[in-house]
Amino acid sequence: MITDRRKALMGMVLIGVALALLPFLVGKGLGNSWVRVLDFALLYVMLALGLNIVVGFAGLLDLGYIAFYAVGAYLYALLASPHFGLHWPVWAVLPLGALVAGLFGVLLGAPTLRLRGDYLAIVTLGFGEIVRIFINNLNAPVNITNGPQGISQIDPVRIAGVPLSKTLEVFGIGFPSVYLYYYLFLALTLLIVFVSIRLEDSRIGRAWVAIREDEIAAKACGIDTRNVKLLAFAMGATFGGVAGGLFAGFQEFVSPESFGLMESIMVLCMVVLGGMGHIPGVILGGLLLAILPEALRHGAVPMQQAAFGRVLLDPESLRMLLFGLALIAVMLYRPAGLWPEARRKREFLAEKAK
Amino acid sequence: MNELLLDAQSISKSFGGVRALHDVSLSIRRGEIYGLIGPNGAGKTTFFNVLTGLYTADRGRFVFDGAPLNISAPDEVAAAGIARTFQNIRLFANMTALENVMVGRHLRTSAGVVGAVLRNRATREEEAAIAQRAHELLKYVGIHRHSNILARHLAYGDQRRLEIARALATEPKLLALDEPAAGMNATETGALKKLIEALRADGLTLLFIEHDVKLVMGLCDRVAVLDYGEKIAEDVPAEVQRDAKVIEAYLGGVVA
Repeated sequence: MITDRRKALMGMVLIGVALALLPFLVGKGLGNSWVRVLDFALLYVMLALGLNIVVGFAGLLDLGYIAFYAVGAYLYALLASPHFGLHWPVWAVLPLGALVAGLFGVLLGAPTLRLRGDYLAIVTLGFGEIVRIFINNLNAPVNITNGPQGISQIDPVRIAGVPLSKTLEVFGIGFPSVYLYYYLFLALTLLIVFVSIRLEDSRIGRAWVAIREDEIAAKACGIDTRNVKLLAFAMGATFGGVAGGLFAGFQEFVSPESFGLMESIMVLCMVVLGGMGHIPGVILGGLLLAILPEALRHGAVPMQQAAFGRVLLDPESLRMLLFGLALIAVMLYRPAGLWPEARRKREFLAEKAK
Repeated sequence: MNELLLDAQSISKSFGGVRALHDVSLSIRRGEIYGLIGPNGAGKTTFFNVLTGLYTADRGRFVFDGAPLNISAPDEVAAAGIARTFQNIRLFANMTALENVMVGRHLRTSAGVVGAVLRNRATREEEAAIAQRAHELLKYVGIHRHSNILARHLAYGDQRRLEIARALATEPKLLALDEPAAGMNATETGALKKLIEALRADGLTLLFIEHDVKLVMGLCDRVAVLDYGEKIAEDVPAEVQRDAKVIEAYLGGVVA
C-alpha cells in the first residue's frame, strides 16, 4: 500500500520534472518555434477537454464549440488592448472570460435542449457560425469588434507585473516568451484536467453519463435533464473561454478567421480520435492533432526532396490528405478512439461480437 | 392520513384520432398491490406514461399523496415519489450495476459542481452514503455479486432487478412496474413475485401492468381492467375474474 503510494508519488514527480524541462529539451533540440507549437497544443488540449464534457460525458454533439473560444478571446482582446483603451489585468479578464463564455454556453444550449443527435449537431453548427459572423460584422454602426481586420496590439499576459512576451532572466537562465507561456498554459491545463477528473467521478458526472446512455430513463430517475445538460454546456464553454483568453494574450492579435467551422471540427476530431469521455485519451488526441500536422509541415519538404529530388506535393495539401486518411483508419480500426475508456472499449467489443 | 395514495380522475389521452385513454378513473390505496391489466393496446402503458409525465393527459388529473400531482415533467413526478420501470428495460447500459443505482440517488442528494471539484467533507460524506445505499439496494434485490458488471452484460432477469433497485433508490412511495415479468421463465417469475411481496411488506405501494394473469391474480389486492382505453372493471381479483365484461374482453380464452 505504502509502496504503491510511493510509486505513484515518484511517477508524479518524474512527470512533473519532465514537463518542467520539456521546453528546454524541445527548444534546444528542435528550436523555439517548436515550443510555440507546444503552447498551441496545450491550448487545444484545454479546448478538447472542454468539448469532452459536452460530447464525451453528456453525449451532446456540439459542432459550434469554437464559439466559446472566440468569446473568451474577444473578451480578452476588448478589455486589454488599445481598441477601447482598456487594459484590465489578466487575473480579472480570464475569470470573466470563463464566466461570459459559460453564460454563452447556457444561452446557446437552452434552445437546443429538446434536440438530439443530428438535429443538435446542425443547430450548434449554426450557432458557432452565428457567433463568428457577428464578430465579423460588429464593426458598424458602432465599432465593437473591428470586423474582419481583427484586434491587434493586445496586451500580453502579465503575471506580477512581468510581461510574458519578453525573455525573463532568472538566476542567469533565460526563459524566452514561448517558455513562459508554456508554463502558464501547462498550469491551466493541469487545473482543467483536475476539474474534469473531479467532475467525472461525481454526482453531476454520473448524471451526464446517464443522459448520454438513456435520456428518458435519466428523467424517470428524477434527473432534471434540462439543468444538467445546461450545466454540461456551461462547464464545457468555461474551459473554452479560458483557452480563448490565453490565446488572445499569447498571439496579441485576434481576428474572426481563427474561429471558423474547421476549428470546431478539429477539436471534435481530437475528442473522438483520442477516445470520447476518456480524459487521458482526449489529452492524447489534442496533443497528436496539434503537433503532428506541424511535424508534417516541417518534415514534408526535406523528405520529398531527399526521396524524389523535388517537391511533388506541397505540405499543406499533403497535411489534409494524411489527416483524412488517418481519420478513416482510426475509425475503422479503433472506433472507440486511440485510447478509449476501458468501459467504452468493452462496449465496442461487445458490439463487434454480436 | 389519507387512505388513498393515488387517485386518478377522468384521465383521457388521444393520439390523433385514436382514443388511447378515455375517462379512466382509478384509485390506489396505501400499501396495496394494484394490478392494471387488459388486452394488448388497451392503454395500460399509455396510462403509465401519462402518470409518470412522459405524456401529458388531454383531460383529467392525478391526486397523489393528498396533493394534486404536477405532471409537467418526469423528473418532477419522480421527485413527488413515483418511480417506474419500463416494459423494454431502460438501463444505463454502459454503466455498472452499482453506478446505475447511484444515478437513482441523484434526486435525493445535492452535491453540485463546486462540491464535486473541491470534494469537501460534505461531498465526500454524501458520495459515501450514495455508494452505501446503492450497495444495500443491490443486496435487497439480490444482485449484489454483480455490482461491478456493466448493466448491458447482466442476465435478463437481473436487468429487471437492477431496474427495480434503481427505481427504489429514488425513495418512491409508489413503485410502478411496467410488465416486470415479461419474458421471464417460471422460476424467474416466482422470484419476482417474492421480491414484490417483500417490497409491499416493507411499506411500498405497487402499481403494475402485467400480462401474466396468474401472477396478477395471485399477487394483487385489487385489479383494474382496461379495454380500448376505458376502465371496464375495478375490484378484487376474484370478483374481476367473474365479471362478464372482463371475460368477454380479455379473460375469455384464459379462464374458460
